[in-house]
Amino acid sequence: MHHYITEGYVLPNQAHIYWTTMIVLYPYITGIVAGAFIISSLHHVFDKDELKPVSRFAMVMAFAFALFATLPLLNHLGHPERALNIMFTPNLTSAMAGFGFIYSTYLFILAVEIWLVYRTDIVHLYQNTRFPALKPVYWLLALGVLDISKEAEAVDRKVMIFLASIGIPAACGLHGYVGFIFGAIKANPWWASPLMPVIFLLSAIVSGVAMVMICYILIHWVKGKETSYDCVHALIETAWYFLIIDVVLELLELVNHAYMANEDWTILKQLVTGKLFVSMFIIQILLGSVIPFLAMGAVVVFKEKVPAMARNVIGVVCGLLLLAQVGAMRWNVVMGGQMFSKSLRGFLNFEVDLYGREGLYAGIVIFALPFVVIFVFSRLLPLWGNVDTFPKEWMKEKPPVRQPLKGWSKFTS
Amino acid sequence: MSPITPDDVTRREFLETVAKTGGQSFLFGSLFVNTALLRLPQAGADPKSRAEAEVGKGIVYGFVVDTTKCIGCGSCVRACRAENGVPEGYNRTWVEQYTFYPDGEVFVNSPNGGENGFADPAPTRNKPTGPEAPMRGFFVPKLCNHCIDTPCIQVCPVGASFKTDEGVVLVDHERCVGCGYCVQACPFGSRYLNPETGTADKCTWCHHRVIKGLLPACVVSCPAEARIFGNVSDPESTISRILATNRVQVLKSFLGTRPRTRYIGLDSEVI
Ligand code: SF4
Ligand code: SF4
Repeated sequence: MHHYITEGYVLPNQAHIYWTTMIVLYPYITGIVAGAFIISSLHHVFDKDELKPVSRFAMVMAFAFALFATLPLLNHLGHPERALNIMFTPNLTSAMAGFGFIYSTYLFILAVEIWLVYRTDIVHLYQNTRFPALKPVYWLLALGVLDISKEAEAVDRKVMIFLASIGIPAACGLHGYVGFIFGAIKANPWWASPLMPVIFLLSAIVSGVAMVMICYILIHWVKGKETSYDCVHALIETAWYFLIIDVVLELLELVNHAYMANEDWTILKQLVTGKLFVSMFIIQILLGSVIPFLAMGAVVVFKEKVPAMARNVIGVVCGLLLLAQVGAMRWNVVMGGQMFSKSLRGFLNFEVDLYGREGLYAGIVIFALPFVVIFVFSRLLPLWGNVDTFPKEWMKEKPPVRQPLKGWSKFTS
Repeated sequence: MSPITPDDVTRREFLETVAKTGGQSFLFGSLFVNTALLRLPQAGADPKSRAEAEVGKGIVYGFVVDTTKCIGCGSCVRACRAENGVPEGYNRTWVEQYTFYPDGEVFVNSPNGGENGFADPAPTRNKPTGPEAPMRGFFVPKLCNHCIDTPCIQVCPVGASFKTDEGVVLVDHERCVGCGYCVQACPFGSRYLNPETGTADKCTWCHHRVIKGLLPACVVSCPAEARIFGNVSDPESTISRILATNRVQVLKSFLGTRPRTRYIGLDSEVI
């Protein structure tokens, strides 16, 4: 841990920053998990059919990021080997103690949900893959359950709809809860706020939609495939709505601090106009909120008048800006809260560590891992639809045309 | 395509069984874990901690800092570092110097935690906006407040931070996972993550000495008797008499942590 250069009077133990890159990354990752899951639920549960082309991908993305959500935390702990104590001897008054349970429940729901969504495809690929080496892999993925009769599928779907419905509160719980970890700390005036969980949740949705949107457009573009006009529109629209509520609440939080002007406002004011000026006003608000608000707003307002190409470009550019917005917001909360001392009289000059266990590069590697998982997944199973969309040359036989079962068809298509 | 018969695996049964047993074991498992937890010897609710008035019902420690007596020599900080092996750059106790100027500026500093004393009894301001000569000044020694309603114990996810029956807040270094949540939750900057042990650390009121009947190292080393430690549930103890005859204050009382470390002669500028 560094001893940072300080300004003013900083309490001696606070000349260090205890939570750094990893703790910024952790809510960033769980945010994408929650956001991507909600996109897939908008289709699966709330019948937003325009989102069908991305609903499977969103689920896989949620899962891939969820797999690594604990990694930044483990990497940060002084004693990662004791991490499971959080589940073996949880201290029930601790906001953090719930993490193990909430996270594992959510991961379990997500894993079963994906398995059910993909099960018939897995069985089909098990029977028809052109690569004998993959046969046992598919068998394992199917967990040996090879029954794809109509009755079996009907059961699948019932469980799916049930899981998708409890998955929504679980996803909201997972991320709103992360906000609570900060919001419930009365010792830190920059964190203590009941708005924190709500802001975290909304920005999570924004980042999840942005990530799905970017990947959807870029991957299709690289592969020379058409994107669905309606789907991109729906993604932009969803991102726009959530961005508005998110930013309004973020500003409300700030304005509230300024207007109430408590004892701590003197230092918070210096914080936001000084050390956080660029990350807050330039990145989070101007680049990350105002520009996407206008650009995506134009798409929402002008609807069909916007050419597909322009819509895709806006989707990617605004998606990136939104990711920066949410990243900056996480940074401003986590790091901002530690850049001033609880003496309310001094600041720390924090510098990002590049190398080292909790450095920037380690963070980039962790952030890249979910994409590796998504890539491997895409070699084994179709990302953008059912097995019909999978490369024909990888299969011996065409998949059977199944009559969709009434009501639940969206799950298998 | 190999034929699949419905009796290959009866999936409905499979799912039903999984759902049933899963649900049952989750319910019973969590019941079991919770009951087991309740039965584990934990320093949980501490009735004595709330009952300083319950005289004679066992030892309850308290600490008084008399800021009117502190001379800012830094002996306590040095003694603490030596006694507890506190790593450089961190402090279990430190001394702050407050200097007031006629134009209203309050200058606070604590070079090296006050470890080497204060060479300049009236520090020169970096950017003086008014007269150079200060009006008044004093020193404030700080340490863990051993709060009664302590946020650091509340937030510890694994129960590694706990309170003894005598009201001393401690960290179990065998249990601590080093998450740093308690460091964030302490409003007073009393805690740090010890880079040598990877666990949270803080002032213990020298618990290891106290249980042997010795006084904390800082108390012993203070030449000005600015630090008073003792059993507050014994009305005859020095600390009880001091508490009975002085007006005392605690730090950041508005946060409701109810510190057991109390101050004589605190100024509103001290936070
Ligand atoms: S001063 Fe800080 S570390 Fe000490 S008991 Fe209070 S909250 Fe805990
Ligand atoms: S650092 Fe240790 S004592 Fe502090 S909250 Fe984490 S596990 Fe508990």
